[in-house]
Amino acid sequence: MSEVLLSAKGLRLAFGGVKAADGIDLDVRHGEFLAIIGPNGAGKTTFINMTTGYLRPQAGRIEFDGKPILGLSPRAIVRRGIGRSFQLPQLFSEHTVLENAALAIAARRGIWSPLTPLLRPRWRDEAMDLLDRFGLRAVAESRADALNEGARKLADIAMAVALEPSLLLMDEPTSGVAAAEKMVIVETLVRVLRSTGVTAVFVEHDMDVVARFADRVAVWSQGRIAALGPPGEVLADPKVRREVIGIAADA
Amino acid sequence: MKRESLLAALGTLALVACAWAVPWLKFILTIALAKGIAVLGILLLLRAGQVSFGHSMFLALGAYTVAFLAPMESEAVLLLPAAALVAAGFGLVIGLFLVRYRDIFFGMLNLAFAMVLYSLLEKLYSLTKGTDGIRVAALSFAGTEPERGTQEWIVFGIALGLAILFGLLVRFYLASPMGRALAGIKTRETRLEFMGVPARRVLLFAYVLSALMGGVGGALIAMTTRHVTPQIAYWTSSGELVFIAILGGAGSALGPFLGSVAFELVRVYAAAAVAEAWQMILGAVLLLVILFAPGGVWGLLSRRWRA
Ligand SMILES: Nc1ncnc2c1ncn2[C@@H]1O[C@H](COP(=O)(O)OP(=O)(O)O)[C@@H](O)[C@H]1O
Ligand SMILES: [Mg+2]
Repeated sequence: MSEVLLSAKGLRLAFGGVKAADGIDLDVRHGEFLAIIGPNGAGKTTFINMTTGYLRPQAGRIEFDGKPILGLSPRAIVRRGIGRSFQLPQLFSEHTVLENAALAIAARRGIWSPLTPLLRPRWRDEAMDLLDRFGLRAVAESRADALNEGARKLADIAMAVALEPSLLLMDEPTSGVAAAEKMVIVETLVRVLRSTGVTAVFVEHDMDVVARFADRVAVWSQGRIAALGPPGEVLADPKVRREVIGIAADA
Repeated sequence: MKRESLLAALGTLALVACAWAVPWLKFILTIALAKGIAVLGILLLLRAGQVSFGHSMFLALGAYTVAFLAPMESEAVLLLPAAALVAAGFGLVIGLFLVRYRDIFFGMLNLAFAMVLYSLLEKLYSLTKGTDGIRVAALSFAGTEPERGTQEWIVFGIALGLAILFGLLVRFYLASPMGRALAGIKTRETRLEFMGVPARRVLLFAYVLSALMGGVGGALIAMTTRHVTPQIAYWTSSGELVFIAILGGAGSALGPFLGSVAFELVRVYAAAAVAEAWQMILGAVLLLVILFAPGGVWGLLSRRWRA
């Protein structure tokens, strides 16, 4: 096991004239929590989309666990151990929260059984346990589209965690969540993630959250990484404060 | 759930009682059960948010399999699985292509395949006798060749047994991981992919199962009417299946049978009462269902319980 889990080199991707990735080099280390900050449109989601096989970069390389993953389908990449959650939660809206969780568990354990119920006792227990860890037990029987934004975000991440990835990419796990709920959600998340030992990359706009929970911060700006390092250093950098945090705070 | 089983048991008894009390209804009810089995397939695809407007092609495949093979092999116990296999095999072949498409494209491509099949059945006269159709040769049942009245009861019984079997199968399937993933295609297909689940394969399984049930329905229809014509593959027949699915409601595996029995009875009585106007009556019924009872007959019944 090398120290680097995910290694991206020279990723480039332009949409028309917009350079969403303009030479991204980034090594994600085993076990770290890496925060990505930067203004809207900087290319943060694009990076996640390229890493998960949803978008294909026009140039560059991505290695995961020492093996190239560029060109693989999202499905194949998930199976190798990269999970993701979404800026807009992607839940099965007509299913209950419990079924959403159980489906994610089924996806890992084997979905191809046409006659035994999804909510068989063992999977139900496992799904309940998962929801419990995310503080979602109370809403287990609710339809996913009846949840508030914070709970939907957590359920979305819970489904990614159920797949037991070794790398989890989270796109703005706290955006759209009421300020009062935010710290609770982040604390829940960090507790669960630390207990699984997963390596996590998360896009975040709240600098308090970043300062408190990230091991390192990468600052995105116009498709490039403008700064990278421990939060103490990066967030204190006057240039970062002026150009990125100022803009992000307005956005 | 308990009530669903209770309703199924009561429905079964009611069907047997009706068929016994009013002999000429036996024919109608057998057809209704056969169509109900085919409509179970429509229901599966509806769960994935997809509508097939060509599903009668599988009825036609099942029915023509019986008509073609009966002169060589009269045993119904063999003809039924043969029809199911032919339909499922065809469903697998075109399904591999169809599951790439969604919504209107999925619906229309099904229609296109059904229209091609219809024209082949109509045009290849030397093989199919065109619109005249084929008379189904005498059948045997587990080695016996009972007289006509008994045969009608036997086919009715087989249809009822298969309706229960496939109804249960569909119920278990819809609650299984594959069935719940199928329903996930309707709301969040990308999530399936990001869970490592191939959505197309999930849909393909449902499609092949729906084709198989279509073939079984068609075989039963051939064994009941004893005469098979290309009409069974015509687009109006496919529309009828979708109609029945909506009429019965997609909320339960009972829906297709509630729908098909209601449909066939309305058709018979409306046709008798107002001759040429039954299609208008069916149209009006469909309109009322969509406007006031989007859950269909099943929705009305289960809502009553909850109230
Ligand atoms: N699929 C796409 N098609 C066209 N333009 C895109 C697409 N995805 C992203 N972009 C553009 O690329 C830039 C970066 O977008 P994104 O990665 O979503 O930024 P961020 O997540 O940092 O807000 C934006 O200008 C956006 O409009
Ligand atoms: Mg974004």
